[in-house]
Amino acid sequence: MMMDGSAAGTSNGGSGADGDAARRNNTRMPKYSKFTQQELPACKPILTPKWVVSVFFLVGVVFVPVGVVSLLAAQDVVEIIDRYDHACVPPNMTDNKLAYIKNDTISKECTRILTVTKEMKQPIYVYYQLDNFYQNHRRYVKSRNDAQLRDYKKSNTTTSCDPERFTADGKPIVPCGLIAWSLFNDTYSFTRGKENLTVNKKDISWKSDREHKFAKNVYPSNFQNGALIGGKKLNSSIPLSEQEDLIVWMRTAALPTFRKLYGRIYVDLKANDTITVRLSNNYNTYSFGGKKKLVLSTATWLGGKNDFLGFAYLIVGGLCIFLAFAFTLLYLIKPRLVAFELRSITVK
Amino acid sequence: MKRFVYINDESYQNDYCDNQISNTKYTLWNFLPKNLWEQFRRFMNQYFLLIACLQLWSLITPVNPASTWGPLIVIFAVSATKEAWDDYNRYISDKQANEKKVWIVKNGARKHIQAQDIRVGNIVWIRENEEVPCDLVLTGTSEPQGICHVETAALDGEIDLKTRVIPTTCIGLDSEQLHKIKGVIECPIPDKDIRRFDANIRLFPPFIDNDICPLTINNTLLQSCYLRNTEWACGVAVYTGNETKLGMSRGVPEPKLTAMDAMIDKLTGAIFLFQLAVVVVLGSAGNVWKDTEARKQWYVKYDDDEPWYQILVIPLRFELLCSIMIPISIKVSLDFVKSMYAKFIDWDEEIYDQETDTPAHAANTAISEDLGQVEYILTDKTGTLTENKMIFRRCCIAGTLYGNESGDALKDIELLNAVADNSPHVIKFLTVMALCNTVIPIKSPSGTISYKAQSQDEDALVNAASNLHVVLVSKNGNNAEIHFNRRVIQYEILDILEFTSDRKRMSIVISDSQSGKIFLLSKGADEAILPLAYCGQQIKTFVDAVDKYAQLGLRTLCLGWRELSLEEYLEWSRLFKEANSALVDREWKVAEVCQKLEHTLDILGISAIEDRLQDGVPETIEILRQSGINFWMLTGDKQSTAIQIALLCNLISSEPKGQLLYINGKTEDEVARSLERVLLTMRITSSEPKELAFVVDGWALEIILTRYKEAFTELAVLSKTAICCRVTPSQKAQLVKLLKSCDYRTLAIGDGGNDVRMIQQAHIGVGISGREGLQAARAADYSIGKFRFLKRLILVHGRYSYNRTAFLSQYSFYKSLLICFIQILFSFVSGIAGTSLFNSVSLMAYNVFYTSIPVLTTVLDKDLSEKTVTQNPEILLYCQAGRLLNPSTFAGWFGRSLYHAIVVFLITIHAYANEKSEMEELSMVALSGSIWLQAFVVTLEMSSFTFLQFLAIWGNFAAFYVINLCISTIPTAGMYTIMFRLCRQPSYWITMLVSITIMFF
Repeated sequence: MMMDGSAAGTSNGGSGADGDAARRNNTRMPKYSKFTQQELPACKPILTPKWVVSVFFLVGVVFVPVGVVSLLAAQDVVEIIDRYDHACVPPNMTDNKLAYIKNDTISKECTRILTVTKEMKQPIYVYYQLDNFYQNHRRYVKSRNDAQLRDYKKSNTTTSCDPERFTADGKPIVPCGLIAWSLFNDTYSFTRGKENLTVNKKDISWKSDREHKFAKNVYPSNFQNGALIGGKKLNSSIPLSEQEDLIVWMRTAALPTFRKLYGRIYVDLKANDTITVRLSNNYNTYSFGGKKKLVLSTATWLGGKNDFLGFAYLIVGGLCIFLAFAFTLLYLIKPRLVAFELRSITVK
Repeated sequence: MKRFVYINDESYQNDYCDNQISNTKYTLWNFLPKNLWEQFRRFMNQYFLLIACLQLWSLITPVNPASTWGPLIVIFAVSATKEAWDDYNRYISDKQANEKKVWIVKNGARKHIQAQDIRVGNIVWIRENEEVPCDLVLTGTSEPQGICHVETAALDGEIDLKTRVIPTTCIGLDSEQLHKIKGVIECPIPDKDIRRFDANIRLFPPFIDNDICPLTINNTLLQSCYLRNTEWACGVAVYTGNETKLGMSRGVPEPKLTAMDAMIDKLTGAIFLFQLAVVVVLGSAGNVWKDTEARKQWYVKYDDDEPWYQILVIPLRFELLCSIMIPISIKVSLDFVKSMYAKFIDWDEEIYDQETDTPAHAANTAISEDLGQVEYILTDKTGTLTENKMIFRRCCIAGTLYGNESGDALKDIELLNAVADNSPHVIKFLTVMALCNTVIPIKSPSGTISYKAQSQDEDALVNAASNLHVVLVSKNGNNAEIHFNRRVIQYEILDILEFTSDRKRMSIVISDSQSGKIFLLSKGADEAILPLAYCGQQIKTFVDAVDKYAQLGLRTLCLGWRELSLEEYLEWSRLFKEANSALVDREWKVAEVCQKLEHTLDILGISAIEDRLQDGVPETIEILRQSGINFWMLTGDKQSTAIQIALLCNLISSEPKGQLLYINGKTEDEVARSLERVLLTMRITSSEPKELAFVVDGWALEIILTRYKEAFTELAVLSKTAICCRVTPSQKAQLVKLLKSCDYRTLAIGDGGNDVRMIQQAHIGVGISGREGLQAARAADYSIGKFRFLKRLILVHGRYSYNRTAFLSQYSFYKSLLICFIQILFSFVSGIAGTSLFNSVSLMAYNVFYTSIPVLTTVLDKDLSEKTVTQNPEILLYCQAGRLLNPSTFAGWFGRSLYHAIVVFLITIHAYANEKSEMEELSMVALSGSIWLQAFVVTLEMSSFTFLQFLAIWGNFAAFYVINLCISTIPTAGMYTIMFRLCRQPSYWITMLVSITIMFF
């Protein structure tokens, strides 16, 4: 160690002598600055009881109203949910749903009657909801190729699309991958009495996706040509950017229960209206016991019918106010000095 | 093993290496492989490399391999660049030294060549103020007496000039002859001992004296020394290049590991095991789920017959997902903050010593936290606790005690009268004071004489003698001149029997030039001199005087002399010369020969020298003891002096508050019994509020350390204070080792060369850049100007460093675990298949930027003001006990990260359920939640905020949004438009706000 320092001294011999001279002339005293002396002005918040109580109280006071407003917003939303996967199976096949869904000769048409519970202002969002469907599975979520969708020059690249890359005769699939292959293919149409309720399927996907992620000049090719058909087929004369159902589907969901937008109905619905839904129940969720639901919902500034945030705010806010009072009481009954007020700290 | 150097003989020159100095660690070609090899010797780096390699397998990688390779390469590049830069600087300075022009003799003529071309056997010529290019044996100088002066500061840190003499056989050679000189030098193979050179030289005919002539270190000019006050000197190169004494002693010191580093390593290991457990559990669960559930999920399309290795895929994916549990940034962060701590020490004005113009310096930048955890301080006495400014105070000459009333012998009328009266005893005493030393008098042009001494005691004695009119005027080679009452007395110095710590005395043989009488003058410790008194001399008065002086805390030296007959001297001189030219065991042989001369002395008297305590020493010791640090004083001084000093500086208390237990004895049995007794007392009274301390001397210690180590270890644990006197440097180091073996954090502080071993042995070595040179300061991890700065070093710098590192390291794990737990929780809702919730860019940026940079400002955090800490030193106990970083605090952080992860995850998936559960949005919500949380956790954990901290925490927070908004504008990036969407949603902000409030509960 000792020699370590002197090694440098040897080699740059000249500077050693210079250093000595410099030392004699000017002092080696460290230059003063607030930073080097660790004396930068600092604020030192100390968690005194007063502070803690006020913070808790303030948080409570802010959170409770926010919670109330959020809850009210969620309450405003009218939502009709109808699970149809079970009901649409013909009574004679409820024991063997898988055979039913796999048999193409059996008609999959099905009719459901919905009653509007409360007035619903347009636009009314039509969602399909899947339960126990793992769009976030590692094998599934990676099985796509964004470059292929975006750029017609790269329509032959199918890397990472395993196991849906090529057709049996080796042609690249566009769009490739498990996600596109398993595209949801149930369809719905709605009537109120005699009146047809048009489902507007325009702009159900993200604008940014249509414009930048799915190209206008890429057309589906070799899609669903294999022996095993996954889901919906695509019209190969429509470019990907206009295949909005696909675009929606390919925004994978992060949770195994999810809703995807099917379309919008621009008609106000009144309470007690009955709506007839004609649907074709094509999509196989029977093999894994997944549920399929049709959801009609309105929306507010906070989104759909989700009172989680409202309750969370009410609980947190309530808890804060409670704690604020509890601390105040505790402080009044049994005042305890803060360590900093004690000056000396006892160490045990 | 020996080396034969043939002077000026070309045919033998190629046997040894040339004089090319190389301090560099790498060459241009081996830099990359060697540096990578060095870096990969660390476990952490191996781990990250393995992870990075696994990530190249796209089947299992949850994220882009770049997310690990990127930081890994950056971290490697940073440390490689630092190494390369250091090495380049070394290369440049080597090159300068190697290409420096020097004069050597070749074929009888002087030639100018580059320093690197010097070969062993060459004669090298050096002029005044030039640096010595390699190790030389001096053969000639410009001075007629055959001496020259060198400055050895670069070698041993000592700043006084040293005299070097040419071997006797070369005396009288003129410059012409020096060109033609031939001969052989027999010397040991290169070693690193800069105090020893046991060799001999023989010149070949026609040179007159072709006897074997011994060589010592005094006949050498070592590489890196400077020639001073001498016009020129020349010598034969004996060691060159990296084989010089300097080159041999160059070495990389063992890196010291702080207690905190060890703890962090341990915790890292624990996390690693935890990670493996998670991988095994989740991996098996994943495989089970795959076989029972995933095969039914037709859209996942698992093959029915898979290759065998598929069973490993899910566990390996989890290994990669969990690899972020061990934060890749922690090493870099720790290095950064540690170097900041060291800088703060260097910059600190309050530990700058005005008197000697020395700022504090942290040579080892990696161990500041240990300062806050010191449990034992082992301190040297002289020069560390005391000023090492020796002042001659009293003396006892021939039974008369001088200087008793005034406390200053120089002002004692009686003594002045005795000098004026030519009292023979007094004159003899003063002559010994003036002559028996290695002091060099230097006459300035104005005629005043100053002394250059290696030992402060000698300096004090010579100065005192000169004040009492016995003035050492000059010393030229072997001639010393003394002025006494306007009379000039010439002496020839025949031999110097040097001081060694074993002999504890030095002697000098002189002959009076006028009368031709030969005298032996001796001085040394009382127990080394008094037993040598001639039969019948009454030494009781001296023994009493020694006791008395020691009780006053004075250092005593005993002076004696003897007249030698010419025959006796000549006889002895031959033996001495023989011993001096021995190549093996020279030191021991010389000591034996010296003993043959040093006997039947006439004891002249006792000198007593005062060494005052440094300013603030008692207060510093008091405060540090309050903070729970135990002090051991290790000194070479005698027992009574040591105890006196210990009392003065609050180390021990006098009765009845304290009690001193003595361990002494001459034989093994006595020592054993004494030790047993002390141990017994110690055990009984350990509960009483009495301050116990034990005293042990070097002799007893030697016996104890070899025979009764266990009992002594127990004693060491029981005793808070100890005084060890008469200890040798190696015993000091042994004591440090003993305390270390009991798992105590030790700090050794000293100022002299005899403390170097102890300083290097201790966890923390502190050197005082004192009067005894810079040796200790060079060897130390920290060097300070005064003992009292130790207080600030430990209480302020050590404590802050400890607190800051404790927070930084645990926080690093917290934030990594937080993100990792979210990933794990997500895997439960994604079919345990190892899907990563976060994208690669976010993961990388989270670890490397968002969470690493704000926390670095913890180097500015001060939990308590410096004043509060110094007023309440007990608070240091927290650090000593490791209260802020231990498995239970770590478990707290672990739990906290788990709790935070669960809350963030649950809030996110509930707030973003159903139609909002889009992968990229949800991942960004969870990430923002973590960022919000960590900003508030850092804020909550810091105690004081300067604007820099505000800037770092909230600037980083803003940067998170700016960066992510920027990335959101790139269509090809995974998160195109996501951040814009989220920022427009009220539900996003509402979710964030509720996420952070959970940290209140």
